[in-house]
Amino acid sequence: MPALHRDKIRAFIRDNFLFREDRDAIADSDSLLDAGLIDSTGILELVAFLEAEFGLAIADADIVPENLDSIERIDAFVATKLHTSAAA
Amino acid sequence: MCGIAGYFGRPGSAEPPTELLGRMIATIAHRGPDARGIHVEDGVGLAHARLSILDLAGGAQPMADIDDEVVVTFNGEIFNYVEMRDELIGRGCRFRTASDTETILQAYRVWGPDCVEKFNGDFAFALWDRRARRLMLARDRVGVRPAFWARRGGCLYFGSEIKALLAAPGFAPEIDPIALDQVLTVWFPLAPRTIFKDIFELPPGHLLVADADGVRVKPYWQLSFPDAQDRAGCDTRDPRDVADELRALLEDATRIRLRADVPVGAYLSGGLDSSIVTAMMKSLAPEQLRTFSVAFEDAEFDERPFQELMAAALGTEHRVITCTADDIGRLFPEIVAHVERPLVRTGPAPLHGLAAFVRSQGLKVVLTGEGADEVFAGYDLFKEAKLRRFCAAQPGSPRRKLLLQRLYPYLPQLKTQSQSYREAFFLGDGDDLGDPLFSHLPRFRTMRGIKTFYGPALREALGAYDALAELREKLPADFSRWHPLSQAQYLETAFLLPGYILSSQGDRVSMAHAVEGRFPFLDPRVIDFATRIPPQLKLRALREKHILREATRDLLPAAIADRPKQPYRAPDSHAFLRSGRHGYVEQAMSPVALAAAGLFEPAAVQKLLRKCSTSRAVGARDNAAFVGILSTQLLHGRFVGRATAESSSQAA
Repeated sequence: MPALHRDKIRAFIRDNFLFREDRDAIADSDSLLDAGLIDSTGILELVAFLEAEFGLAIADADIVPENLDSIERIDAFVATKLHTSAAA
Repeated sequence: MCGIAGYFGRPGSAEPPTELLGRMIATIAHRGPDARGIHVEDGVGLAHARLSILDLAGGAQPMADIDDEVVVTFNGEIFNYVEMRDELIGRGCRFRTASDTETILQAYRVWGPDCVEKFNGDFAFALWDRRARRLMLARDRVGVRPAFWARRGGCLYFGSEIKALLAAPGFAPEIDPIALDQVLTVWFPLAPRTIFKDIFELPPGHLLVADADGVRVKPYWQLSFPDAQDRAGCDTRDPRDVADELRALLEDATRIRLRADVPVGAYLSGGLDSSIVTAMMKSLAPEQLRTFSVAFEDAEFDERPFQELMAAALGTEHRVITCTADDIGRLFPEIVAHVERPLVRTGPAPLHGLAAFVRSQGLKVVLTGEGADEVFAGYDLFKEAKLRRFCAAQPGSPRRKLLLQRLYPYLPQLKTQSQSYREAFFLGDGDDLGDPLFSHLPRFRTMRGIKTFYGPALREALGAYDALAELREKLPADFSRWHPLSQAQYLETAFLLPGYILSSQGDRVSMAHAVEGRFPFLDPRVIDFATRIPPQLKLRALREKHILREATRDLLPAAIADRPKQPYRAPDSHAFLRSGRHGYVEQAMSPVALAAAGLFEPAAVQKLLRKCSTSRAVGARDNAAFVGILSTQLLHGRFVGRATAESSSQAA
């Protein structure tokens, strides 16, 4: 259910980093770092959320902006991880 | 050390001037509990709340000179008054007291307003020249002592704190949206702006002169560094000689700061700087020395072992108070009222508690290590900027970027980051090396997320306003030619030092308990000398304060002399939300209170409050947002909401 994943991710970002819904809603491709939405603690919050919400185990090596710096990238990363663990 | 207040012109009320001045000075009585004085004549009023430190019997204020032509109300100290007095007597001046106050009067009579250039001190004073019918308000070079002013109804009012002005007629304080945006971008309002509309800070190193021709504000001193290419502008002697001269200067700076007719103690943080000051005090005045420090329950902030090590090495009579997260939460509203500006950190709270303790132990004066991190390049930000610059010069070099791992070893949440996130935090999208604010861009990036909480009215009031653009415009013309380290030092020393360190973490919280701080590292001779020390002797590779360590090595145990910088930090949002709730937090951040202030978006603040209450660790941005919004709301409730309520009840 990829669309559902993305909605959950977007809701988490909105409630925990963006804090508001009325304006400036972040586009799926926007960088969280560039928007000033995420700091070193924020990364850890995001990882904890993904692990709990999607039942993933995320290795340190995976905690990189290439995987996590936009809603789109997170969604793709989650899909890959779920696919990998399902295949295994 | 005291509080001052007064006016020039005709106050717009029928109230007798002595009563008006009495009310103004009463608002800052905490600064000077020992005596109160008022001087009134046609068109001018001066008030003084005294903390007696020098010439306990003869130093009453406001004070007139022996010929009764000049009158002054003065807060602070002129540390070189002994030498100035000799010089003035040599020029034929006559004195009737042994106070530094009278030195100001005589120096003004000899040199006019330029006398301030001769003073080595921490001061804010208002001086009335009867012959010229001229009022002069002056403030020390780096901004140790505060001074504010405003005009209402053609009358100029001034005071050590804004609350003294608010006691005068015609003041209805309003939050200035631009100042608020400045605080939530660079941590403090950019002087002369204050958080209140149409109330001004006299910037450090400035004079205000008011007479029949109007009001003029002008600088008499500005921090400056030699051009990076100008070898002759730097001290190119053997580093050992530089260190020796620095040592002699620091000792003299400490010696003249021990001048007091009451006992002088010291703050001992456990770091290098306060240890140096304490060690020099001990060698200059070997009798019993009392030292004080704050300890924290949380090991992340606590420096107690180093404090005890230094106290034992010097044999001082050492006392420690423990600051709990609950203390910070409990004291915070009172602290916001003292600092009169929003805060994005809680650092003032433990120092407020420490000053209260020092005062309860009977001391009025302490020396501290404040200023060394600015003057000798101690902050991690300087290392960070150097590494970022090094990386930016060769963007393709992964090896250079690995050095970023050496930054902020004491921040647990950074230790666990992957290298590519570390690079993203510090290097951003590739900061512009030509930006004069290059050194501070990561700090300002952390603050950027706070704008998400701005409500529609605040957004509209700000329009396209850019606090960083204004900061860039305030830089000196030759700034771009200075060495990058000098540039970063300038930003810390000319802005953060007066705007936050010396005010919110300094004067305002220590004078809340009538405790005067004195800072040898901020002696103007030390500052001038340090600006000419080559940058590579201050930050040598990644070793901060190198030349200072070299100059003072024999004074300190090795464990202190070689200790890496541990920044002073205190618990943030969890001080308010974890250890027992404080009712005022919910109240100040309630949708009703937020709507009444009209600054922040209530729904977004509710989410932040929920997040800070429930998450295990709260990040830098969320902490700054939480403390910034809470303190703004408290400030609004205390100063703006109250005034609004009073005026509407008067109207009814």
